[in-house]
Amino acid sequence: MELAAGLVIVAALNLYAVSGGADFGGGVWDLLARGPRAQRQRELIAHAIGPIWEANHVWLILAIVVLFTAFPPAFARVTTVLHIPLFLMLLGIIARGAAFSFRAYGDPARETQRPWGPVFAVSSLLTPLLLGVVLGAIASGTATLEAGFFASWWRLFPFAVGIFALAMFAFLAAVYLAVEAEEGEMREDFRRRAMISEVALGVMAALVLAAAGSRAPEILHDLTRTPWSWALHAVTAASALTVLFALWRRRYGLARIAAVLQVSLIVWGWAFSQFPHLVRPDLTLANAAAPPVTLRLMLGALAGGTVLLLPAFVYLFRVFGKLRRP
Amino acid sequence: MEDLLAARTQMAVSLMFHILFAIAGMAMPVLMAVSEGLWLRTRDPVHLELTKRWAKGTAILFAVGAVSGTVLSFELGLLWPKFMEHAGAIIGMPFSLEGFAFFTEAIFLGIYLYGWNKVPPRAHFLAGIVVAVSGGLSAVFVVAANAWMNTPTGFDLVDGKMVNIDPLAAMLSPAAIPQAVHMLLAAYAAVGFAVAGIHAWVLLRHPESRFHRAALGIALAVGGPAALLQPVSGDLLARMVADTQPAKLAAMEGHFETRKAAPLLVGGLPDPDARVTRWAVEIPYGLSLLAYHDPHAEVKGLNDIPRENWPNVPIVHLSFQVMVGCGMVMALLALAAGWLRLRRRPLTVRWLLRALILASPLGVLGIEAGWFVTEVGRQPWIIQGVMRTRDALTPMPGLTVPLATITLVYVVLGIIVVFLLKRHVIVTVPEEGT
Ligand code: HDD
Ligand code: HEM
Ligand code: HEM
Repeated sequence: MELAAGLVIVAALNLYAVSGGADFGGGVWDLLARGPRAQRQRELIAHAIGPIWEANHVWLILAIVVLFTAFPPAFARVTTVLHIPLFLMLLGIIARGAAFSFRAYGDPARETQRPWGPVFAVSSLLTPLLLGVVLGAIASGTATLEAGFFASWWRLFPFAVGIFALAMFAFLAAVYLAVEAEEGEMREDFRRRAMISEVALGVMAALVLAAAGSRAPEILHDLTRTPWSWALHAVTAASALTVLFALWRRRYGLARIAAVLQVSLIVWGWAFSQFPHLVRPDLTLANAAAPPVTLRLMLGALAGGTVLLLPAFVYLFRVFGKLRRP
Repeated sequence: MEDLLAARTQMAVSLMFHILFAIAGMAMPVLMAVSEGLWLRTRDPVHLELTKRWAKGTAILFAVGAVSGTVLSFELGLLWPKFMEHAGAIIGMPFSLEGFAFFTEAIFLGIYLYGWNKVPPRAHFLAGIVVAVSGGLSAVFVVAANAWMNTPTGFDLVDGKMVNIDPLAAMLSPAAIPQAVHMLLAAYAAVGFAVAGIHAWVLLRHPESRFHRAALGIALAVGGPAALLQPVSGDLLARMVADTQPAKLAAMEGHFETRKAAPLLVGGLPDPDARVTRWAVEIPYGLSLLAYHDPHAEVKGLNDIPRENWPNVPIVHLSFQVMVGCGMVMALLALAAGWLRLRRRPLTVRWLLRALILASPLGVLGIEAGWFVTEVGRQPWIIQGVMRTRDALTPMPGLTVPLATITLVYVVLGIIVVFLLKRHVIVTVPEEGT
């Protein structure tokens, strides 16, 4: 049952990465919007995020709630030791959500709207970076009480993971936006961005591994420990190549599917590598789990809720299948 | 500032900020659903315009409610990790269910806000109802978690550890239902009166606007009955507190001496060192009657409770007076408006409009004051009788910094929200004839 609860957390993070993560990535491209079509690029980004931003956001909350219900000591450890990056991440979440909706719900023609652009974009950079830092610290075994409130995360490896997360979200957003754009020039803009960021992502992956090699050798070991891990890496790499190929041939639908697959595999690859640890080095699924009755009730509620909500979700995506203004 | 105080203040600031948007998330969908229902029935365009206008304002509030709520779910751990470590497994259940209520709300809100031209009118109306119901449900669940902190049940305490836990029993702690009812009514009353006040303000200048008349009518139809029921539900709640939390009750009432036939003290200022409440109006037998519905019942006073287990008595007592005062004024106004309605007189008489403008912040004030009673009145416990707030605190030093940051961010956000609402939603009078 601990395993099931752990799977739910990873699944929620996975869904957050491919939905909410792409929203963050949109913010990155908002910041980098350049050239004669900069304004139209920004509008496309705002439209793509609009209708489902609030729904996407819920995945993160689901992950948090399951974490503190099913693994209370892990939640307590992470929030204690990583107080500073988590708090900064919260500031990013506040600034981003507020800026986005103020800009979207206000009157777009007004002077007062202008400051929201930079706030939105900068917080879109910071939040994924810090999310990556937090996950990197959890993965590399430095999130211990002995390490204290700084040394637990102020290290090379967590920041490498942070930049990797940022690159991943930017890549995903560029692919989505290329699908959304539909029209020639804008589509080309995002196609180019998607290809560049996919290559950057590959480079970052190598750097993360190098950082792991020098700073956290046990991660490197775990990432490569069984034939299964190698198979996982191979499939991830294959889907990355598929994305590049599909973008090259302008097969956008295929590119989107492969990109989602690639990002999901990265999330699961991370989870798999640190299994059965929740927080390295000492908290595992087994020793941090809540009593069985809690797990049973929570999983039951999750299952029931999913059955109730699934049709609603399908309906939402049917209504907004094409995420554009009427 | 001492870290414990900083953490408590940060929690208070975050919750006081969140509740403003949470109540809008609970009650505005109800107002919109009534208005849209009227539109579907009468096809009077005024109601459609009103629904859309309210929806636009609510969209802004929702976004801020979502981020401030996310902040809270992290803050539970950032500030009180030991509390979450021990209580997470017990109160995780209502939070998980609340998660689903949020999910439902977010999905149907997306359909509601962006789907005007994409789904049939009836489906749109139903989406609005789902949003209203799930908003109410999320409040019920989250309040159940808080109720457990006040009246913890569903576990055995062995050597200071909670074992044999039963999350379902914990969710139905004695405070859960009375608190949930009181909170729901409070949200409808507070938002109804706040909205009524805003539209009354415009009506004072443009008494003929059909748009604002319709808005005033709906706001009072939702807020008025809730305000009338609120004292009844408050009485039920007070009796539950009397049974389960004697220190909180005594602090609420500024009641020091344990005695039979205890009087009710209205107003006044408790002096915890001298152990008296000065300058209060005494109503003989009042407290015994209210707390136990028996004029001769014995009511425990603070003198029989060790001093280190007292909450801050002046704050709790004054907050309670403020809440009850707000409740009385709102109930009276609801009666007045109901009486005009019954006599088929227009609600736009100037004295009522003026009174509604003055009363529009009272509901929100009552909610903040009521939460002060509940939360400050529980001190020094974070889990009543089980864990002290001090023992739940994070070891992280320098907590004044996040407190100052969050406060600043929320002040700025609050100003911007007010500015946007004012600019885009509230003050204009739509063209007549629409
Ligand atoms: C519109 C706002 C409002 C109004 C008019 C009232 N209340 Fe209230 N009250 C609340 C809003 C509120 C609240 C903010 O919603 C609280 C805080 C916790 C809760 O569940 O409800 C609350 C708490 C609260 C508590 C403490 C419960 C606890 O600590 O567990 C008591 C005893 C009362 N109320 C009693 C009353 C009485 C006798 C009222 C008579 C008029 C009254 N309230 C009006
Ligand atoms: C410690 C206490 C609390 C926590 C951790 C919390 C958490 C949250 C979270 C995470 C959200 C955002 C959900 C989303 O993204 O859609 C939210 C919104 C909401 N909360 Fe809270 N909350 C708390 C207290 C309360 C209280 C006391 C109430 C009401 C009585 C309340 C009612 C709501 C409602 C109705 C919403 C949805 C409406 C909106 O988004 O504006 N919450 N809360
Ligand atoms: C939104 C309405 C609420 C408001 C305005 C509110 C207000 C406050 C205030 C003023 C404090 C500081 C008390 C003190 O330390 O003297 C506090 C503390 C706290 N509240 Fe609430 N509260 C609300 C709802 C909730 C809910 C639903 C929970 C559920 C889990 C909760 C959990 C806590 C915790 C954990 C603390 C810190 C520990 C403590 O001081 O006891 N609150 N709240």
